[in-house]
Amino acid sequence: MKLSSLNRTLLLLAVLLAAYQVSAGIDGFATLPIIAYTIAFGGLLIAALLIFILGIEALDSPMVVIASTIIPLSLAVGLVWQRLASARTFYLIFAIIGFLAVTLTRSIQMQNKAPVIVIAITHGIAGLTIFLLPILLALQGQVKPLFSLVGVGGALIGLGGLLLSFLKIGKPILSRGAIMRLFPALLPLTTALFVAGFKFG
Amino acid sequence: MSTQDSVPASKFAMFWSLTKPSQSGLLLATGLAGYMSARCPIFHIATILGLSFSLFLAIAGSTIMNMWWDRDIDAQMGRTQKRVTCKGLVTDKEVLMVGVIVSVIGIGWALAMDWRYGLVVFAGWFFDVVVYSMWLKRRTCWSIVWGGISGAMPILAGRVLGLGSIDWIGLMLALGVLLWIPTHTLTFSMKFQKDYADAGVPTFPSTYGLGVTRFTIALSSILAAAAMIAAGVGIGMDWGFLRLLGVLSAGLFMLAAATTFSPTERVNFGLFKYASVYMLAAMILVVLEVI
Repeated sequence: MKLSSLNRTLLLLAVLLAAYQVSAGIDGFATLPIIAYTIAFGGLLIAALLIFILGIEALDSPMVVIASTIIPLSLAVGLVWQRLASARTFYLIFAIIGFLAVTLTRSIQMQNKAPVIVIAITHGIAGLTIFLLPILLALQGQVKPLFSLVGVGGALIGLGGLLLSFLKIGKPILSRGAIMRLFPALLPLTTALFVAGFKFG
Repeated sequence: MSTQDSVPASKFAMFWSLTKPSQSGLLLATGLAGYMSARCPIFHIATILGLSFSLFLAIAGSTIMNMWWDRDIDAQMGRTQKRVTCKGLVTDKEVLMVGVIVSVIGIGWALAMDWRYGLVVFAGWFFDVVVYSMWLKRRTCWSIVWGGISGAMPILAGRVLGLGSIDWIGLMLALGVLLWIPTHTLTFSMKFQKDYADAGVPTFPSTYGLGVTRFTIALSSILAAAAMIAAGVGIGMDWGFLRLLGVLSAGLFMLAAATTFSPTERVNFGLFKYASVYMLAAMILVVLEVI
């Protein structure tokens, strides 16, 4: 599927926004959040750049499941480490185990439902964390209201990740064509919400 | 517009196409980035203009000379047989004359600005035209190393102009470009393998096979990224920019791995394009760091 000029522009925007966030948007944070956000926004940057260069068919790569897992997981780890000190260690262990489990179930041929369950649990927890934590913190007044934009972005990327992951494991929620049409717009919108949330929140 | 009026314009367009404007522009960008990396007074407009014009003319001159020398093999390859040198739209004598004149102006200008800078610019021209094209290109697939060294000279030249000497950072920047060039040239030699075989030009794929070529591309991409990061650290690049360079390098690494372990034409060409974006981004980061 050929990318339209509009989609190319949107993807370029996503690349630039993610580049800004990696290079300037996370300065002053502690070491682990910097690493986690660098992985998350770096993943978004590379994903957008590869779709820009290779076309939407880049989403057909087997690496997509791994990438669509590592982005929300690392973002969630960064958020929890910064904002939910009591759950830091537990969440870091969950993220590492979740990532390894997704990688393992994708690397070995499995006929049972293990890959689906692993992806659903990992994405579900990471997605809910990114969605709920910023919104709850904003409602409690611990952060500025605009930080909740990170939560909105989290909902979108969680949705995108789930759509892609289930498509890749042969249980599509939406048709392949619909997902392919959706993605070039979803990436910059999500990235813009994250960047705005971190900048103004 | 009369026909007489349009002739010089079209002639200019023909010779302009012989300079490979995109490639020359990218090499010029590396030269400017090399100059700015020295953190010298970069807004000295006369020096910036002098650097830009002298370097572009030297690069363009060497490219025209290459086109003149390789016109016979270009005519045999599908990818290049539409060049004006092959279609007879310009004479061999014209191409040679323009190539020599542009080269002499570019190198002469560079020497007049600073003899050390001029010497590096001349070295780049010499390695490209004499060593790479005239001597080795038709003899060995390893000629690309010399083509790579030539391509690495603009960034070194820029830094030498800004610094007044050759230092390890300049060499590391040059190494980054040198190791990036195989990603470019070897991908081309795989994509147009038949063309090169028809013209009798030895390439990595025809000499060592596709597997070795892909591995070489992957290895050189990774080493190029390592060299650029080392140069970035040496320049004193801001941590944010280093993080970004690291992220872009990780993308290069992943594509290199994909090229090696599950190669497809799409992935190979993706790496080729990504490597160009990577190098341009690295140059922009060097410039932004100084500004």
